[in-house]
Amino acid sequence: MRPYLAIFGARFRALLQYRTAAVAAVLTQLFWGLLRVMIFTAFYAASTAADLPMTLAEVVTYLWLTQALLRLLPWQPDVEVEQLIRDGNVAYELMRPVDVYGLWFARAVALRSAPVLLRCLPMLVPAVLLFDMGPPASLGAAIGFVLSAFAAVGLSAAITTLLSVAMLVTISSRGVHVLTTSAVNLMSGAIVPLSLLPAWLQPAIAVLPFRGLLDTPLRLYLGHLPLHAAPMAIGHQLLWTLALMLVGRMLLQRALRHVVVQGG
Amino acid sequence: MLEHLRLYARYAATSVRSQLQYRASVLMSILGNLLLTGVEFFGVWALFDRFGQLRGWQLAEVALMYGMINIAFALSEAAGRGFKNFGAMVRSGDFDRILLRPRGTAFQVGAQQFELERMGRLLQGVAVLAYAVVQLDLLLDGPRLLLLLCTIAGGTCIFTGLFVVQATVAFWTVESLELFATVTYGGAETAQYPMSIYRDGFRRIFTYVIPLAFVSYVPGLAVLGRPERFGPPWLAWASPLVGLGFLLLCLRVWRIGVRHYRSTGS
Repeated sequence: MRPYLAIFGARFRALLQYRTAAVAAVLTQLFWGLLRVMIFTAFYAASTAADLPMTLAEVVTYLWLTQALLRLLPWQPDVEVEQLIRDGNVAYELMRPVDVYGLWFARAVALRSAPVLLRCLPMLVPAVLLFDMGPPASLGAAIGFVLSAFAAVGLSAAITTLLSVAMLVTISSRGVHVLTTSAVNLMSGAIVPLSLLPAWLQPAIAVLPFRGLLDTPLRLYLGHLPLHAAPMAIGHQLLWTLALMLVGRMLLQRALRHVVVQGG
Repeated sequence: MLEHLRLYARYAATSVRSQLQYRASVLMSILGNLLLTGVEFFGVWALFDRFGQLRGWQLAEVALMYGMINIAFALSEAAGRGFKNFGAMVRSGDFDRILLRPRGTAFQVGAQQFELERMGRLLQGVAVLAYAVVQLDLLLDGPRLLLLLCTIAGGTCIFTGLFVVQATVAFWTVESLELFATVTYGGAETAQYPMSIYRDGFRRIFTYVIPLAFVSYVPGLAVLGRPERFGPPWLAWASPLVGLGFLLLCLRVWRIGVRHYRSTGS
């Protein structure tokens, strides 16, 4: 375990260095948050629809939390690992006395957590003070949110690593990335809060792993998922994380058996 | 002017040919771009499906503006690729070469690359606009269709102008500012919806500072014949010109930037 923790720590600290980029990103995210809040407010303002699954206040809080946690989503693979695979330096990676999957997974955990940590507070303070973001439903809801957010980082890292492994299998894996990103955007709640999506899509949303990236922690925060449902929800996240890790590890082992290192 | 157009066509054709060397990869990236932007429109559709309407606007009406803005944004993204990566050009000193050639600098930077990947968003925009035109029964309405085309041209000018200004900043900072994404991507997102739904300050910025309202909301009102009013009726027809004026202004700023350029010397 120690080497993986060390890799995570080194990567985490390196990623925390990009502070000016973070300031720009926070301002950009505030802009997007404000824009999205205004759009949803307008939809609610003259709505004739009965029995909406969320109140406007809940949606506003959901939107701000989405902006704060946005970098948690597995949009791109780890660019440095991608570069290693392109230029053949992945050979060095294989010579290290640690498990390659574990190495990449630890890097991915840092990649998905450090930027969120850096942006979270500066995003949420103005959101709460100026832009109507609400508090968690209860103390239990807050704890559930934090636990589930940690699980989301693991899930996101498992998907990220799977994307890296997919690169090793196909070299040009753009198709896989774009498919994943589209699915993540739609099915995690990043575009529209999941409970507002049409009913026929809900069964697919419930089964697939993507809701665990964003929607699950946010619903716990809002108290939409009551506390007694939290173990099931977090279990769904953990189960998918485990499954994707197993698939990733298996694919990696298969790929390594006939890996062709390009160049010299 | 004509000579510039011919030259631009040559530049673009070269760029397209080089991208087509990797046919499968280009096709994949176009489809990917279509899927990514298509998912976004699915979100808009889902909201209308849930709420029925947006402050009295129907899906087809919003789709009209959404389609125009996305077509315009895709075209300027494809054509303005050179401006988007301009920071790298300043850093590497490659801009020196452009200064030596006997054509305008902005023209050369802009013409450098025509990015086929953006055709995905273009396809999506065309599909959404086609849906709106059919739903709203505008298919045989010559003048209104003409206004739509002019508006798209104006919108392309505004977004291109924004990319030019974004690149100009690189003359001072040596890298492109991430914050500009708020007015480029953010501007596109904003102008997809009727301006009347936003707060005053926000609406004013996207009307008078970055005149995106004039290439979506204002002509949109005229085409749709909605009860909301913005200015006198002729303004809808003048608004594409606002786009051209904005682009010329941005090119002015660019010229100031070029004068300040100091090569990195590497």
